[in-house]
Amino acid sequence: MSAKKLNLKDKYRLLTRDLDWDFSYEDRKDAFPFEEFEGIKITDWDKWEDPFRLTMDSYWKYQAEKEKKLYAIYDAFSQNNGHLNVSDARYVNAIKIFLTAVSPGELAAHSGFAFTGRQMGGIGARIASQMQSIDELRHIQTQIHAMSHYNKFFDGFDEFSHMHDRVWYISVVKSFFDDARSAGPFEFMVSVGFSFEYVLTNLLFVPFMSGAAYNGDMATVTFGFSAQSDEARHMTLGLEIIKFLLEQHEDNVPIVQKWIDKWLWRGYRILTVVAMMMDYMLPQKVMSWKEAWELYFEQAGGALFKDLERYGIKMPDYTDLIKAEKDHLSHQAWWTFYTNSQATAFHTWIPSDEELDWLSEKYPETFDKYYRPRWELAKEMADKGERYYNEGLPQLCQTCQIPMIYTDVQNDPRDIVYRSTKYQGERFHFCSDQCQHIFEDEPEKYVHAWLPVHQIFQGNCGGPGGLEKVMDYYKLDVGNANMDYVGSPDEERWKNWKGVA
Amino acid sequence: MATQALRADYHGDRKDAEDQFHGAILVYINWDKHLFFYSAKAFPLDPNMPFAAVLEHVIGTHFCQHPEYKNINWDTVEWTLNNEPFTPAMEKSLAENGFDHKCLLRFKTAEASNFEAAGI
Amino acid sequence: MSKVLIAFQENDESRYIVQAIEQDNPDATVHFEPAMIRIENEGALTINKATVEEMMGCDWEVQSIHVNLLTLTGHIDEDDDYFTIHWNN
Repeated sequence: MSAKKLNLKDKYRLLTRDLDWDFSYEDRKDAFPFEEFEGIKITDWDKWEDPFRLTMDSYWKYQAEKEKKLYAIYDAFSQNNGHLNVSDARYVNAIKIFLTAVSPGELAAHSGFAFTGRQMGGIGARIASQMQSIDELRHIQTQIHAMSHYNKFFDGFDEFSHMHDRVWYISVVKSFFDDARSAGPFEFMVSVGFSFEYVLTNLLFVPFMSGAAYNGDMATVTFGFSAQSDEARHMTLGLEIIKFLLEQHEDNVPIVQKWIDKWLWRGYRILTVVAMMMDYMLPQKVMSWKEAWELYFEQAGGALFKDLERYGIKMPDYTDLIKAEKDHLSHQAWWTFYTNSQATAFHTWIPSDEELDWLSEKYPETFDKYYRPRWELAKEMADKGERYYNEGLPQLCQTCQIPMIYTDVQNDPRDIVYRSTKYQGERFHFCSDQCQHIFEDEPEKYVHAWLPVHQIFQGNCGGPGGLEKVMDYYKLDVGNANMDYVGSPDEERWKNWKGVA
Repeated sequence: MATQALRADYHGDRKDAEDQFHGAILVYINWDKHLFFYSAKAFPLDPNMPFAAVLEHVIGTHFCQHPEYKNINWDTVEWTLNNEPFTPAMEKSLAENGFDHKCLLRFKTAEASNFEAAGI
Repeated sequence: MSKVLIAFQENDESRYIVQAIEQDNPDATVHFEPAMIRIENEGALTINKATVEEMMGCDWEVQSIHVNLLTLTGHIDEDDDYFTIHWNN
């Protein structure tokens, strides 16, 4: 008689839940010392539902299969000089941003899930967090592998690790994860697991990876889709933590609402760079940022929040603001990086006439009125041999650490939004009500932010002496990695490879 | 509101306190409705510097890239300092003019502009 | 009612999963995009192991969906024989 095979639910229970134990001679609170300080109340961890009943043996089996497929494609890409098949070398600058600014966030997430997962009292949550931690490590590893091929042929990739802690636009992502990882375990789960991995993830990955597909970047498409299958598990963990917390105790509801509001905002601010990438950095366009936002947030997010209404959770009250910003966000961001490109480890450029027309079509209410004139002026200046590089350093938001570029889009989009708070005698500035509110709620978290511009002025970024010292401190390859695409070594190499003048 | 922390006495060390800037104060300056400059600019300035010197050597060197900068009539410019209307005393120092650490100076110009609708 | 969404990498294996979904969820809409297949349905969507195996002509484990899945929305229920997503509204 053959042995009966365990069904999925039983196998999962035996190989996960049943490995947990009750503490008989130590206080459980000593084993899980961070469970209470956030004010979250857990009455019964047994109510945790495991949506993907993945045991370690299945995890390794399917992850190994994904890895084999992925590395086979990386090898083929490399062997066949796949970088020559991208639509245009301008496109590679989109990948420079992704791989230098976003990828190190994966390592931070890995660390965060390892630590946070350990702090969860429930075995199901610990196991899911452990798998996510390993997934995130896989992500940074595979991203670096994808990056390594491009690094042989294009400038701007090589110092991503060094730049993470130093460079003004890269530290924005670092600040997001520093904020999340210094929070308690439940806030971390809501910040990364729910807000980023569930609500916002599609806005980072799907358009980006479609953009890579449309522009001939096989390595990035493959990485992206390989990671996405992990992301589906991450999404379910995020959704499960939300449901679990909301069902455990009604006192959790206002705390969770506060975290949802905070972290959707912080995640949204980071997406500023994705908006600009979609609208300005893809020679072959997929869809506009506005369209992506409408599909992946307004529609999909709408369904989610409708579902959460039963718990008393509401859509954050700034969703109208975000809706209004979608007509402006990418344009303001690209202008910022274009005019500051002496200090970016990637190239920027003036959009072509066809691209300007595409932008007019996709943004009928705002582009021709507010943004096309900027490009006409930029072109005039460039044609005169005075390509515009903005002198001086920007005012940064204390919370999101992004330059304060955001304007009052609901009233007059020509006015920059200025908010400030005096806290214990010191003034702090913010780009928005939301960033101000986050600060005012927990000021001690943000008063010691390492703001790149202020650190430069204190002489901590290469010591006193001009911007050249800062570029050295950044290890930014001046003259090669930065400034306009036109006239760059990347452009020259591309033309040589393609045999064009 | 209090920061949610394991220790009641948790606090951050002030990285941007005034004493961190070697005698300077931080001043943010911007030209309203001129998004040619993507955000306000940040400067570490000597609080003993006369306002006239800021106008000539700081504003003058950092906002002159705008094609219409040369048209500005400085007599009709409207200033705000920390969001309050402000009339600078040109020969007095920044400190005497009420500039404090991390203050925000904005100016609005009245001249007709080719870029007014776009706010460039 | 809100729509659920599921997306797969476009490859030989996924195509059979998609065919099975279309058979068992006749009102679902299927969109082909570069390198991915996106499927939406009102309220809920179910993938049945038996149907997938019928389409593929070989054995298929429900959990191997992980290899081809890109993204999804909705609450998940998974067992040996099926995989469903649904919204409660």
